[in-house]
Amino acid sequence: MLEMLRYDFMRNAFAAAAVVAIVAGTVGYFLVLRGQTFAGHALAHVGFTGATGAVLLGIAPIWGLVLATVAAGVGMGFMGERLAQRDVAIGLVLALALGLGLLFLHFFTAFATQATTLLFGNVLAVDMRTVWVLLALGSVSLATLAVISRPLLFASLHPELAEAKGVSLRLYSVLFLAVVALATAECAQIVGVLLVFALMVGPAAAAQRLTSAMAAGVLLSAVLALLEAWSGIALAYYTDWPSSFWITALSAAVYLITTLPRPMDRLASAAPR
Amino acid sequence: MNAVELRNVSLTLGDRTILTGIGLDIAMGEFIGVLGPNGSGKTTLMRAILGLVPPSHGSIHVLGRPATRGNPAIGYMPQARHFASDLRLSGRDFVASVSNGHRLGLPVQGRTARAEMEHALRLVGAQELARRPLAELSGGERQRLLLAQALIGKPQLLLLDEPLISLDPHRQQEVVDLVRTLKADLGIAVLFSAHDVNALLGAIDKVLYLGSGQAALGTSDEVITGPVLSRLYGSHIDVVRAGGRIFVMSGSCCAEAEEHRHESAPTGRQPRHSGHA
Repeated sequence: MLEMLRYDFMRNAFAAAAVVAIVAGTVGYFLVLRGQTFAGHALAHVGFTGATGAVLLGIAPIWGLVLATVAAGVGMGFMGERLAQRDVAIGLVLALALGLGLLFLHFFTAFATQATTLLFGNVLAVDMRTVWVLLALGSVSLATLAVISRPLLFASLHPELAEAKGVSLRLYSVLFLAVVALATAECAQIVGVLLVFALMVGPAAAAQRLTSAMAAGVLLSAVLALLEAWSGIALAYYTDWPSSFWITALSAAVYLITTLPRPMDRLASAAPR
Repeated sequence: MNAVELRNVSLTLGDRTILTGIGLDIAMGEFIGVLGPNGSGKTTLMRAILGLVPPSHGSIHVLGRPATRGNPAIGYMPQARHFASDLRLSGRDFVASVSNGHRLGLPVQGRTARAEMEHALRLVGAQELARRPLAELSGGERQRLLLAQALIGKPQLLLLDEPLISLDPHRQQEVVDLVRTLKADLGIAVLFSAHDVNALLGAIDKVLYLGSGQAALGTSDEVITGPVLSRLYGSHIDVVRAGGRIFVMSGSCCAEAEEHRHESAPTGRQPRHSGHA
């Protein structure tokens, strides 16, 4: 079992996945709570443009990814609720983002591998340097979230009241989407831009179905993300199937299980209220 | 000191004038039913008292001070939104997020904040139901939690925006009775907006009726009369009192709360609300 840890690339993969899963699970909990899961998806698409643009300029793709997602996140935060109703505009922007990314790759020679890695991730190709970068970015993202978490929750759950108490809804929307953007850029390193949902949203949504206590929910979300990511890598090692496939499969399976009716629920709903 | 004082206040939203030249005093400890047709400015008036809508003219004082955003002495229950009904979060966490919500840091409650929240939950009888996820609560139970949330911070003035909306008559009465008890026990002033005065009769001290940019404040016998309401609606209004209930009719049709009931006989004339005399 432990023989896979003899390889550097496996150790790096587990370390990177641990950092990213904890960040994604924690940030994802708030994302699901605020009903903004689509934002995570959208940011990842924009990140693809940034990553491919960076490749074209000869910079490491992660910096393009980070720059593009954070810029887009802050922009979305400023647009606020006006954006929520414009699904056609968002859809077109997302398609354009992927299209532009494709164009940038067209100018770049190592087309196929780069594209696949960016779109679907390849955690087994992560080097030690990247692990450190992920750890630094993840720390920034979690530290920011910790500082803003109380007013963020207030603004998310009681927006009119928070506004009346002098809390700026827009400020926290912008700051939170910047945090989400960083987390998205991290996730894209593990599962690629197209599958960010698997780590950001799957574990968080499952955790919210399993417990109604917030602190336990955040913790559970991070733990589920970690277990899904690690198990995915281990399964990839033994089966030689892509790790991203296994992570998405586990994420979907865990969420599906939490939606099944539980015996306790059936008892509760059968009893007269 | 009055809970709320309006001096010659005009409120506008964009280029729409909501209220013009309103003057009124609401004393400490008074329970005021805020009535009026849709769009008459009930929510806007509350937002102005909260300092969120600055008056285009005149002055608003709350508990002796000019109305400013973030006044801790005001408890506010906004109109119910449907978003909370999908949340899997527990009622207790939902209410707890209000404690010191404007301060940075982790959402961890200190002992005082926790005690205050439990006190608020006890006041509205929601200690047990706060354990359950919001998604599993009924509309009336969620209203209780929102009321508890409004009581955090020891407010002197409660602004309750349509707490009866989408509740059945029995639950409506429960909420009104609960607010009346709170008002008596805590000695706080309450502004309670509603569509139908009948649910509030017997509990409220006064009625604040809004319409056509104007306002009338007084007991329900003084305010809910044909002449006063005809002025506020800008069209002829009849008021009929029968069986301890009040029926407000435009032509022969029920004008007040027409969204909820159509008890009057069928008629060719429709209720008219928006007319400007």
